[in-house]
Amino acid sequence: MAETPAKKPWEIPRQKMPEQDPKERARNFREVPYGYSPEQAVAEAKRCMQCKNPPCVGGRKNKKTGEREGGCPVEIDIPAFVSLIAKGEFIAAARKIREKNCLPAVCGRVCPQEEQCEKTCTVGARGEPIAIGRLERFAADYERANGGVSPPPKAPPTGKKVAVIGSGPAGLTVAGDLAMLGHEVMVFEALHCGGGVLVYGIPEFRLPKEIVRREIEYLESLGVKFEYDAVIGKRETIDELMKEEGFDAVFVGTGAGAPSFLGIPGENLNGVYSANEYLTRSNLMKAYDQLYDTPIARAQKAAVVGGGNVAMDAARTALRLGAEEVTIVYRRSRAEMPARKEEIHHAEEEGVRFMLLTNPIRILGDEKGWVKGMECLRMELGEPDESGRRRPVPVKGSEFVIDVDAVIVAIGNTPNPLIPQTTPDLEVGRHGTIIADPETGATSKKGVYAGGDIVTGAATVILAMGAGRKAARAMHKYLTGGMRNR
Amino acid sequence: MARIVAKRIIAPNTVRMDIAAPKIARKRKAGQFVILRAAEESERIPLTIAMSDPVTGTITVIFQMVGHSTMELGRLPEGGEVRDVVGPLGKPTHIEKFGTVVSVGGGIGTAVALPIAAAMKQAGNRVIGIVGARTKDLLILQDEMKAACDEMLVSTDDGSFGIHGFVTQVLEKTIARGDKIDLALAIGPVPMMRAVCDLTKRHGIRTIVSLNPIMIDGTGMCGGCRVSVGGKTKFCCVDGPEFDGHEVDWDLLVNRQRMYMDAERKAKETFRIAHPEPKSD
Ligand SMILES: Cc1cc2nc3c(=O)[nH]c(=O)nc-3n(C[C@H](O)[C@H](O)[C@H](O)COP(=O)(O)OP(=O)(O)OC[C@H]3O[C@@H](n4cnc5c(N)ncnc54)[C@H](O)[C@@H]3O)c2cc1C
Ligand SMILES: Cc1cc2nc3c(=O)[nH]c(=O)nc-3n(C[C@H](O)[C@H](O)[C@H](O)COP(=O)(O)OP(=O)(O)OC[C@H]3O[C@@H](n4cnc5c(N)ncnc54)[C@H](O)[C@@H]3O)c2cc1C
Ligand code: SF4
Ligand code: SF4
Ligand code: FES
Repeated sequence: MAETPAKKPWEIPRQKMPEQDPKERARNFREVPYGYSPEQAVAEAKRCMQCKNPPCVGGRKNKKTGEREGGCPVEIDIPAFVSLIAKGEFIAAARKIREKNCLPAVCGRVCPQEEQCEKTCTVGARGEPIAIGRLERFAADYERANGGVSPPPKAPPTGKKVAVIGSGPAGLTVAGDLAMLGHEVMVFEALHCGGGVLVYGIPEFRLPKEIVRREIEYLESLGVKFEYDAVIGKRETIDELMKEEGFDAVFVGTGAGAPSFLGIPGENLNGVYSANEYLTRSNLMKAYDQLYDTPIARAQKAAVVGGGNVAMDAARTALRLGAEEVTIVYRRSRAEMPARKEEIHHAEEEGVRFMLLTNPIRILGDEKGWVKGMECLRMELGEPDESGRRRPVPVKGSEFVIDVDAVIVAIGNTPNPLIPQTTPDLEVGRHGTIIADPETGATSKKGVYAGGDIVTGAATVILAMGAGRKAARAMHKYLTGGMRNR
Repeated sequence: MARIVAKRIIAPNTVRMDIAAPKIARKRKAGQFVILRAAEESERIPLTIAMSDPVTGTITVIFQMVGHSTMELGRLPEGGEVRDVVGPLGKPTHIEKFGTVVSVGGGIGTAVALPIAAAMKQAGNRVIGIVGARTKDLLILQDEMKAACDEMLVSTDDGSFGIHGFVTQVLEKTIARGDKIDLALAIGPVPMMRAVCDLTKRHGIRTIVSLNPIMIDGTGMCGGCRVSVGGKTKFCCVDGPEFDGHEVDWDLLVNRQRMYMDAERKAKETFRIAHPEPKSD
């Protein structure tokens, strides 16, 4: 395909990614976007200007605040991999990405690119940014479909043993990095399968579980061992892992998995779920699959409370489980919604309704103890609060009832307290997060590192991976520095 | 995967299984439970660890085949494998020397009461066991309970064995006898626990119950197991399963247990048709 040389990159529209039709996809669990074809990927990659000091990688200084913003948190060499795609060297492109990111097929799909790499793309300043995430996904998918990932040479064994607690993106990154460096790595996971939120939270239609499974198989090929059904803190404590089972260092990547509820009357009625439960039943326990035994409420009219990615995932799952009407109830306005634009857009296309500036105050039940309605208040925006967003204030006398038979509460998750509670010398912050050095992941306890949502509170996949990468580097230093833990 | 080392039908529809789980066997304390998944497509179900042997590395679960998942688990053969066993979960029972402890167990609840009674006795308490069942055939763990108690009273609803009547009537008589009871444990079907609590409340006897809501992960991640105790919402899997019985909202518990009743009934029927009753051994 010859390009017209006169056209500047920002004058060429970004390649659209083909998607399942909204009406059809709202009733199935297959992935929504199909991904680029090789031709589309090459065409998109050719729009990249190959900047010398690429802001898509390092971010850019905001002139007003003076703060750095945007950029890829794990500093993938974006111009390099994009140029390999432009040349048709897809496998080499995937390898390039893997130098910095061990889960490219995941990040290409779920990273909030519009806040990161694509936010600061030079082409994006004048037109549509390069579709970096879609290209990353393309390269990773291509690699997987064409012979798979061949691991680079591993360092010789160091004789050191590392325990990784939790198999979410943070834990998987640490495990992969340390295995490559020659350490013996054992991942302990509480659930019966690996991936953390990637398998129990993010739905199949956004991130096929097959991808996560393949990434875990890749880690296994590096020699990483996984033990499922292992709740650390309950079965063995961190101290026991180190003193009795011979682990020289421990990484804690247990995530922010404890659901918050609204604290309003009627919240324990049947048909009221935390988003975690609803999504776990559907994703991890495969309630949507006839072959599995898991029951789930098949709601006709579902309300989802919250405005983040989790709320969008729950709403879109409810549609797919057969609900006729799904309503997002959010107390602020659209501008404050924390969910990704793309997710809001997808949800809207599929028919999810939005009831904004609305706050639930009571859930009503029928004589059988099932949800039959939700009483709400209208809100208006007042003064900005500590987060800088305008605080919603109730409008007096604006109570009204919506007719629903399921309510899914998606207002956030807090860190799981199991590890902090059973590790006395681990310093914990005010909100139950583990305190760790942002550069090394080192905690107050010698030989114990932490990263991901358990340190930051609920954040993103890529930040959890970034934290894992930094911790792995520091742990390697610790393990090879001649310091022993016993 | 965990191997089923031994399996026995100990009463109609009631299975005792010894499962190889050395790490759990070593750590578990009275009052804790495991979550099991019979096969890849199965639900995760909670069962109390009735006994454990750290030396052989086995844990014992005793369960009633009441629905699809428990039937599926119950049909696994000795020597076969359970797909997943995770634990020990839940808070261990608070054990100390209270003085005289009455342990009231109804039906399958005896399996849950046994380890607690044994731990209470070991801590120096005088333990009175009250065990009840609908009929003689359904009485389980008689010898084990006898060994764990200083005194044991048995009742059946139909009078086919022991005292004729409900466990609550036996408890009432025990109280009337004038024994000073420092703590009561009530473990069994909700109506039984509720009735025991009504009685002990009137007599000012502190009562611990073990609640059994529907659970999924058992680690505090889903909130599906929420119960209301003293007006506060608790996650039974991490805050419990034992609570002060006088503070429990029983209606809520019953209601939440029934959440999937229709789906469960259907699943049970389909399973029955697909897997006809095996001969008991
Ligand atoms: C529904 C949903 C949608 C999301 N969508 C996006 C998105 O589109 N893009 C994005 O970037 N981010 C998204 N996020 C956020 C993102 O998934 C998380 O920030 C990320 O997964 C955090 O990774 P982690 O490794 O810290 O922990 P997690 O992924 O939470 O993994 C922690 C793991 O540790 C295990 N564990 C916990 N305690 C123990 C213990 N005691 N012993 C053993 N194992 C234990 C847990 O079972 C879990 O598997 C979403 C989150 C949710 C819930
Ligand atoms: C902490 C804990 C410990 C437990 N320990 C034991 C034990 O040691 N032995 C044992 O036999 N059972 C125990 N249970 C109950 C056991 O988990 C349930 O019987 C089981 O999950 C039912 O699954 P099912 O699919 O076979 O039946 P379902 O199809 O789910 O239900 C069949 C019938 O049983 C009722 N039922 C469902 N769940 C429960 C429940 N949690 N409690 C009471 N009735 C229920 C339903 O209302 C229905 O009528 C325990 C539960 C908890 C929470
Ligand atoms: S990892 Fe995420 S932020 Fe980095 S380049 Fe890929 S999509 Fe962009
Ligand atoms: S900033 Fe945009 S145009 Fe420049 S190298 Fe990065 S992706 Fe290419
Ligand atoms: S079972 Fe999920 S929080 Fe208790």
